[in-house]
Amino acid sequence: MTAPLLDIRDLILGVALGRSVRPLLKGISFQIMPGEAYGLVGESGSGKSLTSLAVMGLLKKPLAVSGGEILFKGKNLLALPQREMRNLRGNRIAMIFQEPMTALNPLSTIGRQIAEMFVLHQGKGWDEAGKLAVEALANVRVPNPDRRARNYPHQMSGGLRQRVMIAMALACNPDLLIADEPTTALDVTVQAEVLRLIKELCSERGTAVLFISHDLGVIASTCQRVGVMYAGCLVEENETQALFADPKHEYTRGLLGALPRLGSRSLHGRQRLVDIDSIIADRSKLTETRFIAPRGTEGRQP
Amino acid sequence: MLRFTLRRILQVIPTVVVVALLIFVIFSVVPGTFAASLFADGKHAADPQMMARLNEEFGLSKPLAERFWTYVTDLAQFDLGTSFRTRQPVIDLIGDRMGASLQLAIAAMLFALVIGVPLGFLAALRPGSVLDTATMIGAVSGLSMPQFWLGLLLMYLFALQLNWLPSFGYGDGSLQNLILPAITLGVTPLALLARTTRAGVLDVLNADFIRTAHSKGMSKMKVVRWHVARNALVLIVTTVGLQFGSLIGQAVVIEKLFAWPGIGSLLVDSVAIRDIPVVQGTILVIVLWFLIINTAVDLIYAAIDPRIKQE
Repeated sequence: MTAPLLDIRDLILGVALGRSVRPLLKGISFQIMPGEAYGLVGESGSGKSLTSLAVMGLLKKPLAVSGGEILFKGKNLLALPQREMRNLRGNRIAMIFQEPMTALNPLSTIGRQIAEMFVLHQGKGWDEAGKLAVEALANVRVPNPDRRARNYPHQMSGGLRQRVMIAMALACNPDLLIADEPTTALDVTVQAEVLRLIKELCSERGTAVLFISHDLGVIASTCQRVGVMYAGCLVEENETQALFADPKHEYTRGLLGALPRLGSRSLHGRQRLVDIDSIIADRSKLTETRFIAPRGTEGRQP
Repeated sequence: MLRFTLRRILQVIPTVVVVALLIFVIFSVVPGTFAASLFADGKHAADPQMMARLNEEFGLSKPLAERFWTYVTDLAQFDLGTSFRTRQPVIDLIGDRMGASLQLAIAAMLFALVIGVPLGFLAALRPGSVLDTATMIGAVSGLSMPQFWLGLLLMYLFALQLNWLPSFGYGDGSLQNLILPAITLGVTPLALLARTTRAGVLDVLNADFIRTAHSKGMSKMKVVRWHVARNALVLIVTTVGLQFGSLIGQAVVIEKLFAWPGIGSLLVDSVAIRDIPVVQGTILVIVLWFLIINTAVDLIYAAIDPRIKQE
C-alpha cells in the first residue's frame, strides 16, 4: 500500500475569543492518496474551506490550529518553518478559489500573474517565465494565449478567469490541487467545461485533488471518494458511489434527499424538494454526540 | 491613451469658461468699490465727485452688460485686465508671484509625500503596532492643529530660539527661507496622506487577490511589492491630487504669516481694497491650477489602472 499524499490527523481549529477558543473544526481526519480526487461536501459554515486554508497555511488571525497534524508527504505542515511552507505553497500544493472575479489582481496582466509562479518556484527570469505563462494558458485551452497573456482580468469572462486560475495553480505541476468551490460562481454551461478541464488536467499529470463543494452533482462527477462535513466534523466518508447508494449518516441522507430527481413527481405534477430543516445550527448548542438532533426541534426557532 | 489624454484636456475648457463667468458675477454683486476703499478713512464720507471720477476711469460706471462683454473678450485674448491700484497688467502681477507660490506648494507637497506615504504604508502593514498608533495620533493632531499656530510655534523655535532659520520673508529665494513655511503648509496634507495611505493599503490587503498571491507562495515583501503597492497607489494619487490642487489657495494664511510673496497674499490684499481685476485674475489662476492637477491625476490614474481607459 502506498503512503498517503495528504494525511490530516485529528485537526482541531478554532477562533480565539478573548481567552477562550471556540472550536470550528473538532478533530477532522482524512487521507488523500497520490493522484486521487477527494471530495469534501457540506453546507456553508461546516468547515470545508477552513480545512483547505489550514492545509495551505493561510489561516488569518483570530483563526488558529490548536491541535492535530497535517502530514504532506510525511512532513507535518503545521510544524514547518515559514520559508519551507512558502516553497511548498503554490509549488507542491496549489489552490483555486471560488471567486474568479476578485481572485486576480486587477492591475496586472494575466501573463505576468502566471509568470510569477515560474519566477518564484523555478528561478526563471521574467522573459522566460512570460513564455512559459503563454504555454500554461494554452494548456488550459485558452484561445489566443499569446494575446490573452497581455490582457487584464477585467477583459475576461468569469470562465476564462477561472481557467487562468487553473493555469496558475497547475503551473508548477503540484502534487495536490485544492479546488475550493471552483465552479460555484460560474454559470452552468461554463461550470461543466471548467470541471472537465480540472479533471482531465489532473488525471493527465497525476495531480491529487481536494475538491470542495456543496454541489453533490459536481462531487459525484469528479471524485473517487467523498467526505461529508457537518458542523466542524467529518460525519461520513466513503467511496463516492457507495455513499450515494447507501448514505449512513442522517445528515448525508438529508443532503441527498434534497436533490431534485428526474422522473419523480408528486400528485400535482410537480416535485416537492425536500429541505434540511432550519438554519445552520449554533455550534455552542451542539453536543458531541447529537449533532443532527437540534435541527427540526429546538434549532427550528429562528 | 492619446485620445483619452486629449479628451481630458479638452474637458478643462468648458469648466474654465463657467468659472470665469461665476467669478465675474460674484464680484459684480459684492458691496464696496475700489474708489470707496481708497478714500475711506473711517471719519469722513468719501467725496462723491472723486469717487465718480475714479469709477469713470476704471469703467465701473458703465452698465453691467457692457463691462461683462469687455471682461469676456479680454479674457479670450488672455488679457486679465489692469490692476486698479498699481495700474499694471494683472497677468504681470500674478506672474511675479507665481514662482514663489509654486515653490511653496511643491515643497510642502514633497514634504507631505516623502513622510506621509511611507508612514501610512508601514502603519497599515503592522496595524495596532506602536508605529501605527503613533502615526494615527500624529495624523489627528496634524489635522486638528490650526496652521497659523503651528507656524508661529515653528517660527519661535527655529528662528527665535535656535536661530537656525530665518523667521519670515522670501529672502533671495534660498531653501532656508522656504523650509518653515513649507513644513507648516505641508502638515495637513501629510496627515491626510498618512491616513488615506493606511486605509488604502489595509483595504488592498484584505482583497481576494492578496490571498491568491499568498497562496502562490510568495513572501510578504513580494506580496506588498508586486500586488499591494500599485493597487494602493490609486487612492494615494487621488489624495495627493486633491491636496496639491488646493494647496495654493490654502497657502493664503501661511503666506501672510511668513510674509511669503505668493498668489495667496496678493489675493487677500486685493480683496481688501476691492481691486477687482486682480482678484478675478488670481482666482482664475488658482482654479486653473486645480484643473491642471486634476487632469494630471486622471491621466496618472489611467496609466495605473487599465480599467479606466475602457470607460
